[in-house]
Amino acid sequence: MSSVEIRDVRKTFGTTEVLHGIDVMVPDGSFTVLVGPSGCGKSTLLRLIAGLEKITSGEILIDGRVVNDSPPKQRDIAMVFQNYALYPHMKVFDNMAFSLRLAKLDRKEIEEKVRQAAEILDLGDYLERYPRQLSGGQRQRVAMGRAIVRDPQVFLFDEPLSNLDAKLRVQMRTEIRELHQRLNSTSIYVTHDQIEAMTMADHIVVMCDGGIEQIGAPLELYDKPDNMFVASFIGSPAMNLIEGTIEVVDGHAAVAVDNDIRLPLPPNLGAQHGTRVYYGVRPEHLSLTNGTAGVPLDVSVVEPTGADTLIVCKLKGKDVLASFKERHDLRPGQSIRLEPDTALVHLFDANDGKRL
Amino acid sequence: MVSITGSNDKSAATERISWLERLNSNRNLLGFLFMLPAALVLLVFLAYPLGLGVWLGFTDVKVGRPGHFIGFDNYEWLFQDDIFWLSVFNTFLYTSVASVIKFAIGLWLALLLNRNLPFKSFLRAIVLLPFIVPTVLSALAFWWIYDSQDSVISWTLIEMGLLDQPIDFLGNPNNARASVIAANIWRGIPFVAITLLAGLQTISPSLYEAATIDGANEWQRFRRITLPLLTPIIAVVMTFSVLFTFTDFQLIWVMTRGGPINATHLMATLSYQRAIIGGALGEGAAIAVAMIPFLLAAVLFSYFGLQRQKWQQGGRDD
Ligand SMILES: Nc1ncnc2c1ncn2[C@@H]1O[C@H](COP(=O)(O)OP(=O)(O)OP(=O)(O)O)[C@@H](O)[C@H]1O
Ligand SMILES: [Mg+2]
Repeated sequence: MSSVEIRDVRKTFGTTEVLHGIDVMVPDGSFTVLVGPSGCGKSTLLRLIAGLEKITSGEILIDGRVVNDSPPKQRDIAMVFQNYALYPHMKVFDNMAFSLRLAKLDRKEIEEKVRQAAEILDLGDYLERYPRQLSGGQRQRVAMGRAIVRDPQVFLFDEPLSNLDAKLRVQMRTEIRELHQRLNSTSIYVTHDQIEAMTMADHIVVMCDGGIEQIGAPLELYDKPDNMFVASFIGSPAMNLIEGTIEVVDGHAAVAVDNDIRLPLPPNLGAQHGTRVYYGVRPEHLSLTNGTAGVPLDVSVVEPTGADTLIVCKLKGKDVLASFKERHDLRPGQSIRLEPDTALVHLFDANDGKRL
Repeated sequence: MVSITGSNDKSAATERISWLERLNSNRNLLGFLFMLPAALVLLVFLAYPLGLGVWLGFTDVKVGRPGHFIGFDNYEWLFQDDIFWLSVFNTFLYTSVASVIKFAIGLWLALLLNRNLPFKSFLRAIVLLPFIVPTVLSALAFWWIYDSQDSVISWTLIEMGLLDQPIDFLGNPNNARASVIAANIWRGIPFVAITLLAGLQTISPSLYEAATIDGANEWQRFRRITLPLLTPIIAVVMTFSVLFTFTDFQLIWVMTRGGPINATHLMATLSYQRAIIGGALGEGAAIAVAMIPFLLAAVLFSYFGLQRQKWQQGGRDD
């Protein structure tokens, strides 16, 4: 077990820089998730930590030791790949024993470690099978088993669940969390799925275009996104972002979207009159009102999921999403009024997207 | 199976439909009918010449003279014929030495070409070159390279001061053997290298990454990942390579005609010489037929070697 520290790491392939100075501190024993859209450099960062690629500049420290030039073998890490990368010509037992045999452990010790890992992962019955004879979920577990037999300082996961069906993914999510609680080893987990990140992480690192947007605990990111990217990326369904101008009339601030639409803001907000902003409100922080309060909208789609109901409305041609726990009898085409919970509204500068 | 001529063709006579339908539902009969043309072609073009060859081996047919059935006489003569046994020895020497070296160099080249080299496609094209040149042409080129007076190799070595008289490549029995083997290797390497390269490219790079993280060094990755995963393809390639080498004819015939003093006669060239040049069709056929058991052994070896290995069996791909 140990911490991983990444200091101003850059990576270029040929002439394109894909990571532009990454700084992350992964504390000892934490479960840190790297999340971001496809192509943002998550896998690249993970491969740099593993030592499968060389970093262009900066430093990576594992357990306080700079490992920039150490080969993967000396970094004491284990990695679970997206396609599992199980050795197809080896039985499950041999897949898990491979690294131990290379490390020249004696037979009994290998046997014991593999059996132990197999027991944790419930793979005992499959040790004599080849990877082809396993289901996707079982293969996934073998890949994890191969990692845990080594008892490494750091576990690296690169989208290990993305090849599984939705139900199994949820189940494996819990299993990986339980495993982490049991082994308590530092883990870095890459995913592009923000729900996976929210449900599994102690810390989330949100990445975009080779840079870090924000680092924090899941609820921190949800409650206080630093910028519009994080705001729209974290949370499902995504936050509504409506462009407008701040208007202060008689000490009351609001965001004017158009001549006739005013979005309410909390009082005592130190906002400057005339600033161009994005008004951010999560679908679950909108509620239906009667009478004259709130903003008038037209319902265009109603999507009941059972637990809650998602409705898509049109505001000046733009989609606005709202989600309700209660069941309302709404139909497409109907005119409604929605009122945001002003205490939970986010404001972002229209120029640089930063939180105001 | 989808029925095209089936029940929705209302205008056709009902009995015809029912006949076709019955045919359609009988997969075995239908399968047999579909196979018939191919079976006929195989019979006429493969089995007939083979059968004829075997039959000729039991006769004393000469060019221009019909022969009689003479049983195993041809084989008995061959059994006592030293030149025949020399050709058997030559064939085995030629096949085994050439195949082993072709495999070693071919695998090495394939591994090299599988890396991220500059000018990758250019290098691959170069490796294919010997394969593209017609055999007769390359044999002629080698004949010239091995010329007893004007050989480039001798000339270079003499110019470098390593040698004071030209090497007699094709005049001395052992030199000749080595020379034709070298030519065959040159000619056969592209097939081995390119096929093994194709095999190497089917191995997922993430397996190597996983092995690296598991602590395997380069040799261990080759030994534990590459080699076992490549075995099925190695079996195919080497079977074909052995078959081609064993039955080689053109290279030898152009370069040495089996000489000097029969030192490079292979079974194929000897058979041709006795049957076509010497006119003893029956005897030539018997030599050719004598190759069959060896070829059959190679094919059987590949048949068992090629059977899907245990780890390849079972469900889906990953
Ligand atoms: N070997 C390489 N050579 C050149 N460019 C590369 C290489 N590997 C990755 N890249 C580029 O680096 C960027 C980041 O790639 P990376 O695989 O890290 O993305 P990712 O965040 O893991 O995406 P995904 O969620 O789709 O897996 C991409 O734009 C990709 O094109
Ligand atoms: Mg990736």
